[in-house]
Amino acid sequence: MTKFIRTTDSEWFRLRLSVVMSLVTAAFIVLLLRLFYLQILEGEEFRRLSENNCIRLQTIQSQRGFVFDRNGALLVDNRPSFNLSIILNDAKPIESIIGILSQYLNIPAEELMAKVRNIKGASSFRPVLLKQDIGRDALALVEAHKYDLPGISVDVRPRRYYLHRHSTAHLIGYLSEINSSELKGEKYPEYKPGDFVGRFGIEREFEKYLKGKRGGRQVEVNVAGQVVRVLENIDAEPGNNIYLTIDQRLQRKVEELLKDRAGAVIAMEPSSGQILAMASNPAFDPNGFVYGLTHDEWKDLISQPNRPMENKAVKGEYPPASTYKIVTAIAALEEKIIDVNTSFYCPGYIKYGNREFRCWKKGGHGSVNVVRALAESCDVFFYNVGLRLDIDKLAWYAKGCGLGTPTGIGLEQEGKGLVPSAIWKKKRFGSSWSSGETLSAVIGQGYNLATPVQMLVLTSAIANGGKRVKPYVMKRIETPGGQNILNGETETVGNLPASQNTLDIVKKGLWEVVNKDYGTAWIARPGGGIELSGKTGTAQIVGRKENETSYERKLPDHFKPHAWFVSYAPSSDPKIAISVIIEHGGHGSSAAGPVARELVKCYLNPEAGIDDNDPEQKAVSDAVNDEY
Amino acid sequence: MIDRRLVQNFDWGLIGITLAISLLGIMTLYSAVTAGKSIPSETLYLKQMVWYCVGFAAMICSFLFNYKALDRWAIAIYCLIVLLLILVPFLGKHVGGSKRWLMVGPVSFQPSEFAKLAVIIILARYYSRTASSKGLSFGGLFAPFLLGMVPFILITLQPDLGTAMMIFLIAVSISLFVKIERRTFIYLVSAGAVTIPLVWFFLKGYQKQRILTFLNPDHDPLGAGYHIIQSKIAIGSGMISGKGFLKGTQSALSFLPEQHTDFIFSVLAEEWGFIGSMVLLLLFFMLVVWGLKITYGCRDTFGTILSFGITAMLSWEVIVNIGMAMGLMPVVGVTLPFISYGGSSIVATMISIGILLNISMRRFLFE
Repeated sequence: MTKFIRTTDSEWFRLRLSVVMSLVTAAFIVLLLRLFYLQILEGEEFRRLSENNCIRLQTIQSQRGFVFDRNGALLVDNRPSFNLSIILNDAKPIESIIGILSQYLNIPAEELMAKVRNIKGASSFRPVLLKQDIGRDALALVEAHKYDLPGISVDVRPRRYYLHRHSTAHLIGYLSEINSSELKGEKYPEYKPGDFVGRFGIEREFEKYLKGKRGGRQVEVNVAGQVVRVLENIDAEPGNNIYLTIDQRLQRKVEELLKDRAGAVIAMEPSSGQILAMASNPAFDPNGFVYGLTHDEWKDLISQPNRPMENKAVKGEYPPASTYKIVTAIAALEEKIIDVNTSFYCPGYIKYGNREFRCWKKGGHGSVNVVRALAESCDVFFYNVGLRLDIDKLAWYAKGCGLGTPTGIGLEQEGKGLVPSAIWKKKRFGSSWSSGETLSAVIGQGYNLATPVQMLVLTSAIANGGKRVKPYVMKRIETPGGQNILNGETETVGNLPASQNTLDIVKKGLWEVVNKDYGTAWIARPGGGIELSGKTGTAQIVGRKENETSYERKLPDHFKPHAWFVSYAPSSDPKIAISVIIEHGGHGSSAAGPVARELVKCYLNPEAGIDDNDPEQKAVSDAVNDEY
Repeated sequence: MIDRRLVQNFDWGLIGITLAISLLGIMTLYSAVTAGKSIPSETLYLKQMVWYCVGFAAMICSFLFNYKALDRWAIAIYCLIVLLLILVPFLGKHVGGSKRWLMVGPVSFQPSEFAKLAVIIILARYYSRTASSKGLSFGGLFAPFLLGMVPFILITLQPDLGTAMMIFLIAVSISLFVKIERRTFIYLVSAGAVTIPLVWFFLKGYQKQRILTFLNPDHDPLGAGYHIIQSKIAIGSGMISGKGFLKGTQSALSFLPEQHTDFIFSVLAEEWGFIGSMVLLLLFFMLVVWGLKITYGCRDTFGTILSFGITAMLSWEVIVNIGMAMGLMPVVGVTLPFISYGGSSIVATMISIGILLNISMRRFLFE
């Protein structure tokens, strides 16, 4: 084997290197010829183009996708906004131009001048935004006097417009301008300064579908900065349109019912998981975010005690209170602690250790079985169950019912609630569980926390025969051309840990809550042949003092209990499940029940049931059964 | 201590060319980062001066020892670079859509710039043991293929297509230089001719778009195409004698992206015109010829391949970078040796020159 190095002096090696030499020489000659072509032959033309930086790039903004409700009613679209920009290099003499603009826009010349002074270096050849959304009158003036205003341009940008302002605000969310640190980061590679990004709700979750694709133009401009030639043009592509599962008519009804109260209502189709309405009150106007809030406006929004920026339907975590008795009843029946005939006597309290645990009803309910205990929300019945039920067993059932984990609705910051257990307490507080705490847990007080949407999924599962479906808000996404690209789909995430027999017993109890005159939500029956089933809850914020009942104590508003009502209708073939929470609303039956009642009437019987002043209903509401 | 013959044989010509190009580079960079800027980024310039000093020190270090030691260190150097490339995605600094830099204290450096050298050294070691006048067959190409592929893939993933392409071109050049069997060569070329259309067929729409843009910048008039137009305007407007030092307008107004790195040639061509650009091209040409002269004069296989690899690397960088700025080549991030801003590029280039000097001055030493 000859190593080729031995051939250094040989002809062969010399030849090899001269081939390389010739290739390199050829490459350099090509470079030189190209240089000659660019600088000598075409030099004049390129010099001319360079004089005023004639070739410029203009952006064409894309239209963000529209948002519709399930029936195609428009909720969000875009309106043209006229933005006034200045190209400093072309705008001469600057003083007189600013003077004229100041008149047209009604802005002090000094303010405009201050902005102009901030324009530096490279930016003097690029349009710099002077004033957003100048309005049609100012636009007409600027356009009419275009020739007195060199370097001034008005471009039309689509501006997001939320048709119904506060309505559905938490679900739809809002946009705001991308900031400089986001532009540097990895999350938004395609974005440019001045672009808007979804920050909340649907706008955020479906950003990549809604966004669209910007286009642009390569243009040649003259000395005054006016376009003389379009060299290249790429049209912008509008974003995709989203159809929500929301029923706008129902949504408006919910918002009307929630008016002036803090709380949330969320309703869905129990079989599919499609959210029909979702409202959280108070709300905000997403239009305000489009061009940015002032510092004070923002501070005001986030510091209000009613938390207008929080979507209480998915983020709010409340003690589930008596709505939790559904879980306790399932656990007790499945663990064979009780059967449908087991009765406990309720004298209005139970003694445990040296403490007295009281029922919400002072005189007691007498002897009740599980159905009647659910109907009347008898605390003592469930205390008796609690004495025989291990807390970890109860926690297992609660988790099986979907509590303690987010439902997966796909909106930001979903609350996960809290299912306490002995292990949890050990970890959290380092102390062991005392069996007295179980008695609070069985009636949904103590450490328990749940979000309205978690309770909605649980209620739906009772209604649909035990399936826990994942709630969803996006029905479908279609291209601007009308082609479907994504469909929201029903997804079963698990089954309730309950047999058919257990479900039937619980359902009977929930039916009696509304449809028997001793039920706690008798007030919430819709009438008109519609049967509603549900469970009330009254979540205490401060403990009751000894020998005191709710009747005797006038609490200040912010210590009043939260009112819950979870329900579904029609009882025999459920089409809608509803979860209502009214913060500091008082009793579940009187504060939350009627909201569900009106909603069910509106949804199942669109023609009738809008009338709020049904005299018979009113009479009953005075004699309502309160509960604790 | 130091052999007198080493001093006598020192390659002053190569040093001269290097200094001349560096000087042009320093002036061009000064113009690129300061001219017309309301806030001149002189810190960039000062940083670059520090890098030149570090580079010269590295160059000196690279010719003090006998280059034959590199043959022994080849595997260690290669493994170290591959390890650094693997670390980049985890510890790397994210800049404008890619991760290429590792931070060492306050200094960031780019392992991919050194990967080019590492590949040259390891291939020189491998081929110096296997090359024969018969030429390489498939079996002989398998190991070099793997050795080139590992850094190639790691760098492609950063993503840094320009440097990955350089690795590919360097490896192919070296392999062709040590001779590939004619039959094998024909098979490889025809296999490539068959595979490329097949791969194209399986690519998704957006991937095709990306490749089309890569090959033809006009395909993307708002991105790469716009940059090329601006670069051509800058170069062309320089005409014969240029607009003068610090008088360039295109570059001054930041119409060019990456004007202090990938498009630095446009800055020079605008200010110094055809005459200045020709001088630079001539200097680079001399550098390449000098490199080939060293290859020719070298007496051992390892040194021959090593010096050829380094010369190939420098030629490709110059041709691709300047070709790109003039709209002859795809737009990829390839630095112009000695001139583009960037510490890693400067230091790696200076080390390359140091190794060339090393080989050149030891050409008369025989064991």
